Amino acid sequence: MTEYNIKELKSGGLMKQKEKDIFSLRLRIVGGFVKSEQLIKLSEIADRFGKGYIHLTTRQGIEIPNVNIKDFEKVKKELNEAELQMGACGQRVRTVTACQGKECSHGLIDCLMLAREIDHKYFGIGGHPHKFKIGITGCPNACIKPHENDLGILGRLKKRFVREKCNYCGLCAEICPVGAIEVDKDDEKIVFNAEKCIGCGDCVYSCPTDAWQKRQEGYTIFVGGKMGKFPKLGIKAFDFIETKEKVFEVIEKTLEFYKKFGNKGERFRETLDRVGVEKYKETVS
Amino acid sequence: MSDAVPNEVLNLENIACPNNFVRTKLKLEEMETGQTLEVILDDGEPIRNVPRAVKEEGHEILKAEKIDNKWKILIKKI
Repeated sequence: MTEYNIKELKSGGLMKQKEKDIFSLRLRIVGGFVKSEQLIKLSEIADRFGKGYIHLTTRQGIEIPNVNIKDFEKVKKELNEAELQMGACGQRVRTVTACQGKECSHGLIDCLMLAREIDHKYFGIGGHPHKFKIGITGCPNACIKPHENDLGILGRLKKRFVREKCNYCGLCAEICPVGAIEVDKDDEKIVFNAEKCIGCGDCVYSCPTDAWQKRQEGYTIFVGGKMGKFPKLGIKAFDFIETKEKVFEVIEKTLEFYKKFGNKGERFRETLDRVGVEKYKETVS
Repeated sequence: MSDAVPNEVLNLENIACPNNFVRTKLKLEEMETGQTLEVILDDGEPIRNVPRAVKEEGHEILKAEKIDNKWKILIKKI
């Protein structure tokens, strides 16, 4: 299939396999969310055009291996009928990963909604020195591994204490994962160390008397995480961003920064290490 | 109120998550609205998970008390 330029094909989620004319088709999946009827359609496509199976990627994506390039247009049509599109490869903004957010008992932010909005705005956008991955996790448990992404978002919570409601049972102090709360039963005293608090909300959700209450949810931003041959964990760039609008501003400015300062072929972390995280923070905030 | 004798008691010492919550939930389902259930939980994961899950199910926690390394939780079925 010489009329196809391999690089162009790759941008649309077609990945060449070792065999001649055989490709693995990467789909555009957001936050690991796939409707059941789409799964049925995928199953049919994999049976008809592949080898009867799909591959689940490490970033919640779906790929259909072993598709002959001559069937590509037919497969694309079938995918479109199920409201599925081809994914992104190459030097582009990739699949946005997300946990179940508020569907999970620990989730503090609506990850899927945020992932969809980010995907809608940035999916597949190129022009950066290298690929750019975004991951969103709903709480400090960090199941989606935001630290492994070029830009990782983590949901957190700020709380308030209502003294009149507290019965000083000490449950919050017991369960706080970082020991940020001390309860003195006898003197009816609570000491809260805000510096230690990681904003997981465990105290809020467990407090028997609702003395700990949610004040505000927010977002922590990590940048420069990557895996691959030389893995690096992301650096916390912004501790607590209060609005989604501000998160979008950070993403926009981060991509601009990467475009402006990144050398060709360089992952965002390498740009940050070379130019400096402080300069990045100044430019973006 | 919370010093009254509970309607039911469930000792969940050495019962791991999520079985401790499942047993609490099943017990509460057998009970009448307004009745109280006392559960004994280990510290660590059980105390971290069970009270929060009970609250999420819409019940009320009247009392939580630590005795040595166990927790006694008094739940009111809603």
